Order: sequence, then structure tokens, then C-alpha cells
Amino acid sequence: MTEPVEATPAGLERTPLHALHVSLGAKMVPFAGYDMPVQYPTGVLAEHLHTRSDAGLFDVSHMGQAFLLGPDHETTARALEALCPAEILGLGRGKQRYTQLLNAEGGIIDDLMATRSCNPAEDGALLLIVNAACKVQDFSHIEARLPPSVKLLRAPHRALVALQGPKAGAVLARHAPAVLDMTFMSAVSTKFDGLDCHISRSGYTGEDGFEISIKANLVERMARALLAEPEVKPIGFGARDSLRLEAGLCLYGHDIDATTSPVEAALVWSLGKRRRAEGCFPGAARVQRELTEGAARLRVGIQPEGRAPAREGTEITDRDGGRIGVVTSGGFGPSMNGPLAMGYVDAAFAEIGMSVMLVVRGKPLPGQIVRMPFVPNGYRRTSSGAPT
Amino acid sequence: MSEVRYTKDHEYVRVDGDTGTVGITDYAQKTLGDVVFVELPEVGKAFVSGEQAAVVESVKAASEVYAPVSGAVVAVNSALETSPGAVNEDATGAGWFFRIKLANAGELGGLMDESAYQAFLKTLD
Repeated sequence: MTEPVEATPAGLERTPLHALHVSLGAKMVPFAGYDMPVQYPTGVLAEHLHTRSDAGLFDVSHMGQAFLLGPDHETTARALEALCPAEILGLGRGKQRYTQLLNAEGGIIDDLMATRSCNPAEDGALLLIVNAACKVQDFSHIEARLPPSVKLLRAPHRALVALQGPKAGAVLARHAPAVLDMTFMSAVSTKFDGLDCHISRSGYTGEDGFEISIKANLVERMARALLAEPEVKPIGFGARDSLRLEAGLCLYGHDIDATTSPVEAALVWSLGKRRRAEGCFPGAARVQRELTEGAARLRVGIQPEGRAPAREGTEITDRDGGRIGVVTSGGFGPSMNGPLAMGYVDAAFAEIGMSVMLVVRGKPLPGQIVRMPFVPNGYRRTSSGAPT
Repeated sequence: MSEVRYTKDHEYVRVDGDTGTVGITDYAQKTLGDVVFVELPEVGKAFVSGEQAAVVESVKAASEVYAPVSGAVVAVNSALETSPGAVNEDATGAGWFFRIKLANAGELGGLMDESAYQAFLKTLD
């Protein structure tokens, strides 16, 4: 008897690696409109720890990819700067930047990565990668606000995979030697076993690693070649969430949304210095006011004292039971072997070491405001290869 | 000789005399995935059948565990506080949650026996 093919629930999309996930025994669940692997038979704990010790392969093909194309870098950069608070004009060739699309009130419509092409012949091209659940609205939002000389070219026929972990560089270099010289947040157009692809040294796990954009019809060959490497295991969305949480990274729709500003979300590091002074981005008045006067609430890391996880929605109070905030992401950190949370608290409580209470199932449990990331990151900021 | 009874929520109760040992089934632990935290009831606390008595948490989510029978808790498996993974490794053995003194042995008749539970699991696939 052959295994019955599991039916995808109606209305869910599939990435080009769907059949590979199923053949690897993944548990498939709906995620942002896609039928995605939440875990493989290895399980979330082992997948998480494997990514931190070796290398994990993630299918993130559901994310939105598009090219912003203008006559030259300055024109394209200014078009994006009109929508985002990051320094894009000064972004070097082959450099990547994290930023946010803001609404007129300074709330975050989505967070995204923008990468300037490394190829001088493609001057004026930026690759944008946005969240799956927001991509349709994001692209419409961007397109409606572009000057006539800049176009948005959606790239639905490109797949995206992430190879993350301390051994990702050594593994990927066997197939794409160009990656050896790359530093964190840089990108190249290169070949993987002869296949054209675009590789950036970045990701969302806190580890060193890469995101590889490649044509959808080539991605399975690449994924199988990577999975054949002894250091690499496939990793599902369960572990992706616990990895990004330990790394202190925001998940859109949970830790940031249309009501939170980049200042409240503790993303001030991503605001360009010139941009902060000049303004000229949506919601600049609020962002500048919060930079000067301070925001009323701030995103913080919280370490629960016991073993009980404090999940999203958990009320945060002061020692006397007065409400001071709410958990926006919380769970168990496999590398910490304990619970961890992030959330928003009134600014007066947003100091490292401050004691708070987390109301879990009606019981107030003690916790402490802590610095993020919870687990030190492994980004390669210098080409010497030393983690910084 | 003990007998084991099951609920549709995948709790089991292993009955020895007037005491029942309660936990979650192997099917339940597989569905949950890696268990990272278990919240146990206090010894002495009384439950009616179907009432929430414990919480089991995987990396991703928290699930409620219901008392399969009415009665008072006489012991809890405090080893789960430091080794919650025992629920995955040995759900029906070392991964037990608590022991309850049966208030009404007649309730057992309303639960599934081994063969009925196995048949019930087949309807879930």
C-alpha cells in the first residue's frame, strides 16, 4: 500500500518545496495562507538546538519578494525613503538593511529587508523581502506611492530558503565559494552548483547564516544538495519562532503592528541618523517626538523566574498588581532551557533589572526585565570569521 | 491488577483499588511535541470529572489536562517540574501527572477501555 497523499486544506498556497517537506515527514500547518512545515520528525527542541550547533535549512518561500527598479540608486533610494525611516541613500552596493514601512501615524505596516544590488550594471535596483501575511497589502501600498520613474516588480516565481547556524558558512561555501568573503548584511549575485541565485548573509535566528533567493523551479535541487550535507537538517516554523525569540527579534503581527512605532518597538538602531533629523517619512512627527521626549511604552525582554512560560497576551503588572503592560511573544527557549518573553511595558518599568509580575492563568509569577538578545548572536560582522 | 480507562481528550486513568493514576496518552504526547513545562495540582485539591486539573506546555503552546474522574488529589509527580520530557519519553509510565482518590468508581464505566480508545484513535486519522 502506498502512503495516501495528504490533502492541503482548501485555499492554502504551497511553496515550491511543499512536496519535499511532506516527503521528509513534516507536520504541515496553515501559516500566513500557506501550508507550511511546523516541525519535522526531529521535533522543535532538537531542530532549534541543531540550528544553534550546526546548520538548519528553512523554507521561507512564502515571504514576499519584489524588486524596486529606478533609473539610478538615488532615485530608487529616495522612493523607498519616502515610505521607510532607514538610511537607504547611503546603502552601499551589495549591502542589506532592515527597516519598516510606516503609516501616517508612525505605526508599523510591516518590517522588511532592502538590499542594494551588488552589480553596478543594476544601479537603481533594490530587492525587497517582506512578510508573507502582509505582502499583498505591502506591495499595493508601495506601488501606489512611487514616483513615475520607479517601478515595483513582484517576483512570485522566486523561492527563498534560509541556511542558518555556525556551520552554515562552511557548508554553503562548498556550493557557492563566493560566500566565504561575505559579512553580515551583505549580498551577492552568484551561482550555487552552477545555478543562478542571490545570497545575503542574514537571517532571523540570531545565528550566522544566509538567505538564498533562487528561481522556484531550481530551489528543490538546491535544497536537496544542502540537505545532503552532514551538518544540515530541515527546520520547521516551530523552531524558527523559538530561535527568533531567543534572538530578541520581532514577529510582525505580534511584537509590532500598525499601532506600534519603531521607537516603542526598540528599533531605534534601524532609524538612519540623517533620517531622524530630517524626518520626511510617514509618521515622522511621532517618531521624532518619541525620540526627544521618550515613548510612553517600550518593547522589552522579560525573564520569568520559574519554569512556567508566559505566553502572548499575558498581563504584566507591577509588584502591587497594577497593570503595566502585556506579553507579545513568549514561550520556552530551548538554548536557555527555560522560559522567556518579550512585551511592552510602561516606560518607567523598561529598565534592565526591574522586577515585574507575569499573570499566568490568574497567578502572578515574578519576572525581571532583561537585555535582549536572550542568547548571544553569532553574526559575522568582520570577514575574519570571528563572531562579534 | 490495574485497569486503564481513557477520555476523548486523551487523558488516561490507571485504577488500583480506590486510587487512579492520571496522565496523558502516548497519542497526546506525540501530538503536543516536546513537553517543556507541566503545572500540577496541589495535593488535597478536589476535582469533579471534566474539570481542568493540570496544564502541559510544549515549545509552542499550552494545553489543559482535565480530571478524568472526580476525587481528591493524593499525590503529584513532582519529578516533572525538572524533567517534563518524561511525558514524551514515557507518557503512561514515568510521565504520570497525579494520583486521585476516586470519589465515585461508577464514573469509570463512562470512560473508554483500551480497545475502545484504540478504535477511537483510528477515527481521528
